[in-house]
Amino acid sequence: MRHNALYTILFSGAVCVVCAVLVSSAAVSLKQDQLRNAALDKQRNVLFASGLANPTDRLDSEQVERMFENIRPIVIDLETGRETDVDPTSFDQAKAAKNPATSREAPANRASVQRVPNQALVYEVLEDGKPAMAVVPIEGYGLWSTLYGFLAIGNDGNTVRGITYYQHLETPGLGGEVDNPNWKAVWAGRRIYDDAGTPAIRVIKGRAAPADRAPFEVDGLTGATITSNGVTSMLEFWLGEHGFRNYLQRFKEGQDR
Amino acid sequence: MTESYKKTLLDPLFESNPIALQVLGICSALAVTSKMETALVMCVAVICVLALSNVSISLLRNFIPGNVRIIVQLTIIASLVIMTDQVLKAYVYEISKQLSVFVGLIITNCIIMGRAEAYAMQNGPFDSLLDGLGNGLGYSTILMATAFFRELLAQGTVFGVVLLPKVSDGGWYNPNGILGIPAGAFFLIGFFIWALRVWKTDQIEAEG
Repeated sequence: MRHNALYTILFSGAVCVVCAVLVSSAAVSLKQDQLRNAALDKQRNVLFASGLANPTDRLDSEQVERMFENIRPIVIDLETGRETDVDPTSFDQAKAAKNPATSREAPANRASVQRVPNQALVYEVLEDGKPAMAVVPIEGYGLWSTLYGFLAIGNDGNTVRGITYYQHLETPGLGGEVDNPNWKAVWAGRRIYDDAGTPAIRVIKGRAAPADRAPFEVDGLTGATITSNGVTSMLEFWLGEHGFRNYLQRFKEGQDR
Repeated sequence: MTESYKKTLLDPLFESNPIALQVLGICSALAVTSKMETALVMCVAVICVLALSNVSISLLRNFIPGNVRIIVQLTIIASLVIMTDQVLKAYVYEISKQLSVFVGLIITNCIIMGRAEAYAMQNGPFDSLLDGLGNGLGYSTILMATAFFRELLAQGTVFGVVLLPKVSDGGWYNPNGILGIPAGAFFLIGFFIWALRVWKTDQIEAEG
């Protein structure tokens, strides 16, 4: 069919307008649901890391909300480890890490962390009204992608209570086994810091002895050495002096008050 | 008449399967087939986009100026894909997280534009709907079959239900690592094409 140039331009314009209206109305009308899903997904993973819930539970938003009554989200200053008065519900750590005013360049590290935010969002799990666990966010590069997760630490500021990853693109069956519940179970009871206060926990090759005999070692992921090393590196960074070490120190001292 | 509708709908399943015969849409068939659940959602997404794009392009076929038709088709397809992605993010967040970029990449899935250009531009909306559904189902057949074998042999599960307990979980099954990675799907799809051509010998291309 032959059409003149004006028709072609008008037709293309009309198609663009119609499509743009459809796409933007879909995006706007579904935005609330999407944001809620993303927030809920994070909350669920805090519960998984702290062992209060199991990934197979398929919790709905009400259950998550009820379980979160005993969890106190706080924004801390990474350098001092002190709690700040920033509202945790509106704090976006990923955004803070990108903004030059609220972050700084990360020192050279093996976890490929580029920028460290000045403040970070952590979750304190209360038992009988007293903080029993701290859940801190961790992230770092594996083989294909950045892994994002949470690490739960007991009130001695030194014992791992659980770990979970909520976002990664590692190979299913190999590096993707960071999601394997049996592997995650190996973490509970392992120690983080050696006598000098440096993070000593690491993922080794092969199987680690029980926690009482090999407190700083965790089973390696078969066929996924690079992902395993990535996990070690990100813990080394985020539990070290540029990460949550000062906060965990304070968290531990807070118990003695 | 009903016979020809049936042919439009069902032929793409085995007679002219988009993946096995037309060899289109291989990329996503490799990427999202490590688990059946994600493959299923991907199939539903592709069927929806394909059916809707075929219908809308067929409705507009007499108005689309020939010299910009590819751009118009792509605009419509891209809009449908973005809307599908938004719906998935809003209602099945967990799975949309696993599908990640591949939903967006439906835009570049050759099946969609192939059908728009080869079929919807020449046929009425109802025929185009059937053609879209049929090709979507043909794509899904291969995807689900690939995902079934990959999930079973690489992880010992089907739809997340453990059938072959893995050694690492205290069972006896030693998982196949190659099928866990996307390249494994290449072998499977190769076998499917082989099997299909043994069954339907007219699909074998003439040599030389």
